[in-house]
Amino acid sequence: MKRLTLPLSKETIASLHAGDSVLLSGEIYTARDCAHKRIVAGLDCLPFPLENEIIYYAGPCPAPEGKACGSCGPTTSARMNSFAPTLLDHGLGGMIGKGEMSEEVIKALVRNQKVYFAAIGGAGAIYGNAVEQSTCVAYPDLLSEAVYRLRIKDFPLIVAIDSYGKTVY
Amino acid sequence: MRTVDTKEIEACVYRLALEAGRNLSPSCLNALTEARDRETGSAARFALDTVLQNAEVAKRETMPVCQDTGMACVFLSIGQEVHLTGKSLSEAIHEGVRRAYSDGCFRKSICDPLTRVNTADNTPAAIHTQIVPGDKVELSFLPKGFGSENMSRLFMLTPAAGRKGIIDSVVSAVKEAGSKPCPPVYIGVGIGGSFDTVALLAKRALLREIGTRHPRKDVASIEEELLTKINALGIGAQGFHGDTAALGVSCEIAPTHIAGLPVAVNVQCHCVRVAKEVL
Repeated sequence: MKRLTLPLSKETIASLHAGDSVLLSGEIYTARDCAHKRIVAGLDCLPFPLENEIIYYAGPCPAPEGKACGSCGPTTSARMNSFAPTLLDHGLGGMIGKGEMSEEVIKALVRNQKVYFAAIGGAGAIYGNAVEQSTCVAYPDLLSEAVYRLRIKDFPLIVAIDSYGKTVY
Repeated sequence: MRTVDTKEIEACVYRLALEAGRNLSPSCLNALTEARDRETGSAARFALDTVLQNAEVAKRETMPVCQDTGMACVFLSIGQEVHLTGKSLSEAIHEGVRRAYSDGCFRKSICDPLTRVNTADNTPAAIHTQIVPGDKVELSFLPKGFGSENMSRLFMLTPAAGRKGIIDSVVSAVKEAGSKPCPPVYIGVGIGGSFDTVALLAKRALLREIGTRHPRKDVASIEEELLTKINALGIGAQGFHGDTAALGVSCEIAPTHIAGLPVAVNVQCHCVRVAKEVL
């Protein structure tokens, strides 16, 4: 299993192929349905830098005492199909989620030379425990749907769509 | 006549919500273990290994198994000899949900459908009550995640479509869902009734333990054929291609109108979390 640390270099991205399993560490941002709507509506005043950052399609559980984050598995990525190409064209470095994404998303990943990773849906406790730090950076009114910056250590992931447009699905 | 204070129901909902959110049902754990042991696809096997490991972590650390702690679906069978006292039944159920989702650090996932403003305490629950003979109160708690709920479908077939129409509709719904509902899924199917009741039949089917068969042989044979056909789709765990797309299929039936054949497919992800208690 490959160990990767964010941000990913062009060479690293080029070396990743659909089906590879990886352990990812570094900083990522959570965003799901409502946050995406707001991000895309305000591309000129983004609440966090998109450039080369990774968005994790997730809405975590509240953190219990003594933990940085509660359960924090992925949500269904296909609901973000209409947002992902725009964000990739504006510099987004890639996404983590679960399940297949549309042809338009695959094309945008190839066009921008980025990757989409699949986390294992339903493994929220494992991903929650792999979060070392969690900070709300935008839209706190959205509660669990707010944007959180997570520092993650060894997230187990599968390369789901690579920069060549190959998919694991 | 037996008197039951709704405080007891509130405490029971609280216990069941915490139990269900943190633990997979035993029949789900068995089915996942069997699926892992026979899986030949490497990515699908990795996914099944991860979810089994996750179930252990969640249990050990009393964490939610999945961050989607769901819409609280509460099923009650209330004996007609029971007299409920205290606060209203629905308020008692909602208070149980509210406290469990707060104390358990569960995600609050319920919002207004138009404004999308979160109710912040995971209420209201979806409450289904039936009055039955006797003096007991039976409660079942099913936290329903929406990655899978979104993939559920309702078909108003014609009588001519028959058994084949039922099979084709269910298989097409699961095929279309593909990797999105967190396979391997558990499929609840409602057959018959009306537009509204068939969906509830499908949801009630999910309360059955995985692997049990309907007592009617013709219904059981539909369950078996569906399971074989769904697994032959090759979707595999998480859609990574593999041998198990569904852990089980359960069908419930009810008489319908001479003009129709309603079929509802309720898709449940591999985190089957059902907790039950009898008061």
